[in-house]
Amino acid sequence: MIVGFLSLQPLTWPTFATALALGGVYALMAVGIGLVFGVLRLVNFAYGQLIMAGGFALAYGAVWNLPTWESILLCFGVVLVLSVLMDRLVFRPLRTSSPTVMLVATFAVAFLLQNIALLKFGPLSKSVGSLAQLNAPWDIFGVEIKKIAVIAVATAAGCLVLLQLLLTRTPLGLHMRAAAMDFRTARLLGVRANRVIGAAVIISGLLAATSAVFLSVQENSISSTFGLQDTIIVLAGVVVGGMNRPIPATLGGFSIGFATGILGGVLPADKTQYLTSFIFAAVIVVLLVRPNGLFTRGGGAVERA
Amino acid sequence: MSLARRLPEVLVPALLVLATALLGLAVSSYLEGYFVNTLVKAAIVVGLYVFIGNSGVLSFGQISFVAVGAWTAGVLTVPRADKPIAMPGLAHFLVTTNVGNIASLALAAAIGGAFAFAVGLPLMRLSGLAAGIATFAVLEITNNVLNYEGLISPALNGFSSVPATTGIWQATIGCLICIAVAYAYQRTRFGRMLRATREDPAAAAAAGISIHRQRLAAFTLAGALAGFAGGLYVHLQPLAANDLFLDLTFITLAMLVVGGSGSLLGAVVGALAVNGIYTFFTAAVNTVDVFGWHLHVRAGTAQIVLGVLMLLVLILRPSGLTGGREFSLPRRRRPVADLEKARATT
Repeated sequence: MIVGFLSLQPLTWPTFATALALGGVYALMAVGIGLVFGVLRLVNFAYGQLIMAGGFALAYGAVWNLPTWESILLCFGVVLVLSVLMDRLVFRPLRTSSPTVMLVATFAVAFLLQNIALLKFGPLSKSVGSLAQLNAPWDIFGVEIKKIAVIAVATAAGCLVLLQLLLTRTPLGLHMRAAAMDFRTARLLGVRANRVIGAAVIISGLLAATSAVFLSVQENSISSTFGLQDTIIVLAGVVVGGMNRPIPATLGGFSIGFATGILGGVLPADKTQYLTSFIFAAVIVVLLVRPNGLFTRGGGAVERA
Repeated sequence: MSLARRLPEVLVPALLVLATALLGLAVSSYLEGYFVNTLVKAAIVVGLYVFIGNSGVLSFGQISFVAVGAWTAGVLTVPRADKPIAMPGLAHFLVTTNVGNIASLALAAAIGGAFAFAVGLPLMRLSGLAAGIATFAVLEITNNVLNYEGLISPALNGFSSVPATTGIWQATIGCLICIAVAYAYQRTRFGRMLRATREDPAAAAAAGISIHRQRLAAFTLAGALAGFAGGLYVHLQPLAANDLFLDLTFITLAMLVVGGSGSLLGAVVGALAVNGIYTFFTAAVNTVDVFGWHLHVRAGTAQIVLGVLMLLVLILRPSGLTGGREFSLPRRRRPVADLEKARATT
């Protein structure tokens, strides 16, 4: 393994762009997970299955020969409906439970949805059809960079700016931030719980759908396990970054995506299978050094009573 | 409380396991395999309970210790002659070392425990989400390395010629050993100290209990039990050793939660009940006869039933089927004064 380190491949511009795009997509997922965590104190393990559902919507859009924008619309619709259903059927009844019970419940939802997809759509992976053309490269100053990478970075940046504006400049955003900081006090001060939670679930669903589009195009093979490994990595990134604030969570998601992209590019071919180990070893080290989060100051969040 | 009152607490789980074993012997030899599998799963869940149940801390890392145990027992029992073909990259000392069935199980337990200790030493300082994610990271790394590193494993070839020594008796005895160890542990002062930290960490720390040390002890013991159960597993279905990852993590957690993670009885009841249902629906893929009614379902139904069942239990009865209590005999009525005295002391 030591020798493996010494023969790293050179870092190229396309690798850098891919890593940036992966970081951008993971940042979106991180915000989606972080927003729900903020108001519900719930780590949504089933976030990946929202993305999987979006991926299947795109794949079926391709099968049914829908125009691209209709496929994407279908993807957003499916993911939004599913995330609201998830909240209503599972998270709402469990709102007063301990964080452990809620985490295990989302684990169950993830397992359930994954197996429903396996039963319904079969074990073979599907393609997103014409959307995959976005994987073709653009020539930018003599460097060939995938179109999807450019679009992903631009969209992620746009979404994050919009979200930051929403959180800091609107009453709803203020309520959400207050709820994330201390839910009980926020309620005492007149923040309406269901409205804030509903908004967080919907925004989180929109972000899941957006990430689903990018991840589906990048990987172009949608199966029942699609999005699962990404979610695990993003969850680790969110916890590493700092779970209780949107910006540290986003930075955590971005960093782990960026690091995965760069490592995937520079590791020698016979060591790439250990990429997961490298990433998670880094996660453990950071957690041991900064258990409250890499990008946070001060203590952790107030427990939700 | 007298020993006679306490005895059912360990006897009832043990009798449940024995009953499962006897049922397994009574049915056709074709179905016996399902019962052996159930008993091995029960052993894994009991190991899971030793840490999660007593400490109240969620760990996703348990299956990595099961995997380490399975790999230990597997690598050490593949016949010497088969090793160069089955595991071409294997380290030399592993090629030349071969042990028998019992020794492989003991070594699996030892290595599982040692690995859990090494992992727990730093990680048990974490709590809450950080602990959950860190144990998850351990699971990912272990799975990744065991499946690719040819020096210590068959890598992508998979285990093929591990002797299949886990029959119904080995599984039963193994499961009973796990139950006995788990019960003995929770009755020692260490088990009680850990349970105190579960109920109220601040009060426990104020009473002089080192949370880190007690959690580490339970984590190590749970790792040893997991390694042992992993040994049983690899001697039962060596080809399925690659499954020791996310799905099994979920299934065993589901068993513990459905049964009730607060008690040994809950772990055993959950493992047997959930596995019964799960196995039933798995078998129903090839049609089962239920009192003359032919039931036939599509592959994957078992997992969906399990997921729904787990959600229902979490929502309707979050402390599990047993409510997290050990088995106790119904008591005869006592005068009110007696009851109040009893209440004051508990």
